[in-house]
Amino acid sequence: MAIVQDTEVLTTTAPKRRLTMSHREAAWGLLFLSPWFIGLALFYVIPIIISFVMSFTDFNPVHAADWQFVGLANYQWMFSESATVSSFFITMKLAVVSVPLGLFVALGLAILVNQKLLAGKRVFRTLFFMPVQIPLVASTIIWLDFLNGSNGWLAYILNTCQDIFLNFFGGLLNVSHPYGPIAPSWFQDTNWAIPGLILMGLWGIGNGMLIFLAGLQTVPTELYEAARVDGAGRWQQFRNVTMPMISPVFFYNLLIAVIGMAQYFTQPYVLSGGRGDPGGETLVYNINLYTQAWTYNFMGHGAALAWLMFVVVLGFSVVLFRTSARWVFYAGGER
Amino acid sequence: MTSTALASTEGRRSPWNRRLRGFGSRATVTAIVAAICFIFILPLIYAVSVAFTPSDSTSLVGAPPWPVSARSIEYTDPTTQQTQKLYLHSVPDWDSQGLGHTKDLALVAERFPPVASDFIDPADPNTIIKWGDKDGQNVYQLGYVWDVAISMDNFGTAWNQMGSAEGGFPLLFRNTLVIALLGTIGAVLSAVIVAYGFARFKIPGKELLFLILISTIMIPFQVTLIPTFLVFQAIGWTGTWLPLIVPHFFANAYNVFLLRQYFMGLPHELDEAAMMDGASPLRILISVIIPQSWPAIMAVTLFHFFFAWNDFLNPLIYLTGSADLWPIAVGLNNFNTTFRNAGTPAVIQAGSLLAIVLPVAIFFFAQRVFMRGVVISGVEK
Repeated sequence: MAIVQDTEVLTTTAPKRRLTMSHREAAWGLLFLSPWFIGLALFYVIPIIISFVMSFTDFNPVHAADWQFVGLANYQWMFSESATVSSFFITMKLAVVSVPLGLFVALGLAILVNQKLLAGKRVFRTLFFMPVQIPLVASTIIWLDFLNGSNGWLAYILNTCQDIFLNFFGGLLNVSHPYGPIAPSWFQDTNWAIPGLILMGLWGIGNGMLIFLAGLQTVPTELYEAARVDGAGRWQQFRNVTMPMISPVFFYNLLIAVIGMAQYFTQPYVLSGGRGDPGGETLVYNINLYTQAWTYNFMGHGAALAWLMFVVVLGFSVVLFRTSARWVFYAGGER
Repeated sequence: MTSTALASTEGRRSPWNRRLRGFGSRATVTAIVAAICFIFILPLIYAVSVAFTPSDSTSLVGAPPWPVSARSIEYTDPTTQQTQKLYLHSVPDWDSQGLGHTKDLALVAERFPPVASDFIDPADPNTIIKWGDKDGQNVYQLGYVWDVAISMDNFGTAWNQMGSAEGGFPLLFRNTLVIALLGTIGAVLSAVIVAYGFARFKIPGKELLFLILISTIMIPFQVTLIPTFLVFQAIGWTGTWLPLIVPHFFANAYNVFLLRQYFMGLPHELDEAAMMDGASPLRILISVIIPQSWPAIMAVTLFHFFFAWNDFLNPLIYLTGSADLWPIAVGLNNFNTTFRNAGTPAVIQAGSLLAIVLPVAIFFFAQRVFMRGVVISGVEK
């Protein structure tokens, strides 16, 4: 309000000069924004339009000159070709587990490293965050061998635990290695490949943890004190004070996790060289897109797949923003 | 008298007790978090352990999970005069004197049980010892003899053989560094300029423009990837670093957002004073805003540097077939594919450690700036 009044006063005294001043300011501002305008046009708006048009064509860069509109053929193909349909379900399976799991583990770690009683908080925060900074190709390779069913450490740990257990209780229960060693061979076993990817994904929760942590630290302590006076236990305090207060960061982390899932590519690609081993079980949506567009040069297929993903993410974001009023609580009032 | 003495001892004891209990729960919480943290970074410890393991022992069955090598001897066959490497096996009941006599013998000739296999005692290589023809003696169930051994050879192999044949790892490293540094310059410059525009100027429709900027974060990269690739191909930029560098000169939404938040928190008095002195907006940006914003600028610098170091799909697409231009991510993936078929995890893990040394070192060095940057861009929305 103050700004408007200010302008009114000035316009009455020196209308012309003020007008040019604000024009000049806007001109300068637009000048500073211009790199972004150019980038927005070149790398977002124009490509999105082209890829939309391309999704209705059979464009193939090998014979780029002769392409035709094929109507909805690419979209029809998408829902009929088995590898594409399965890649869609694989990505869904992955997202349905790893997004909530990642959020709750990140929140759990944030609560842990926020404990008043914890010594060396900084060290733990740094260590939990560190894997985020390990390049994905390298971390995938590390996990690939770490999870190896025959000589990886996890197999070694699980099998040793099993041996110890059977040594103590085997006689009592009258069992001896009923199923052989329990350690799964994650990325050699079609049933364990997706759990393997989910486990691997937990190494990337550092960002979410830090954001939750910052959220937790903004919760005023008086609220907890008030809740305690009202006789709320630890769980009730978490449920009725912490959760509503950190719901905005929960919302943000959820959105970022979903966007990340939509872009999921590197880990499964490095695991199998893009083949989707074992048995096509890691052939996620974006690997299928990459294969169609770059291995087979079916850019029309690729563009249609990209657009479907775009629409799904957009739809999800809209739903998330629409429903956010119901569960996201902004302490500062409406935004 | 007695009652006061009692009260005084209690008075002395109870804060001590409380402190002890406080220490106890402090130690418990810390121990629990430390245990979780240990499990969390176990894969990294695994990678270090494997990378230092002599590469021939990782392919042998039954190796313990720390750096070891299987004990072996050089043996020259007296009749053929051929020298070969023989692994020692720990052979139980080797002299048929009853249980408990275990000796480490070198396996010369392995035969299917119950046919006896040939062994020799390293101390007396001229006498062949027959073992494995009795009940319960199975040559395939013998274990190797392990010695703790640390080898740097895997790093040498990875250093020389990752990436192109002539360049090796040093070339990959240099390529990554050049791509990352040039891209970082573009990302920081453009983000500073655009964020300044958003933070300090009255522009009609600015709120809407800012909303558009933020919503570009939600656009999946796939939807722009194919047309962008085709355009870069048409202008002859595939097979060069340009597609990996030039787009970053046009302001990324995350970076702009972070810097705008920071700029908006700076007091206006200094800008206004500079404006009174007749400084142009560009002058104000350079001499007033930037000098106050180094923490945020450092965060953006690090973000982009790490992004470039991590980026895999873009160099994979644009640099197919130009191994001399590859960054580490693509070189390491290729190295993994090659050596995985050869079955040498030690060499592969040495390669992945080479790839992460610089980012992890920078992270530990600059973690304060970095972690604050993550929080600014995440929370203050």
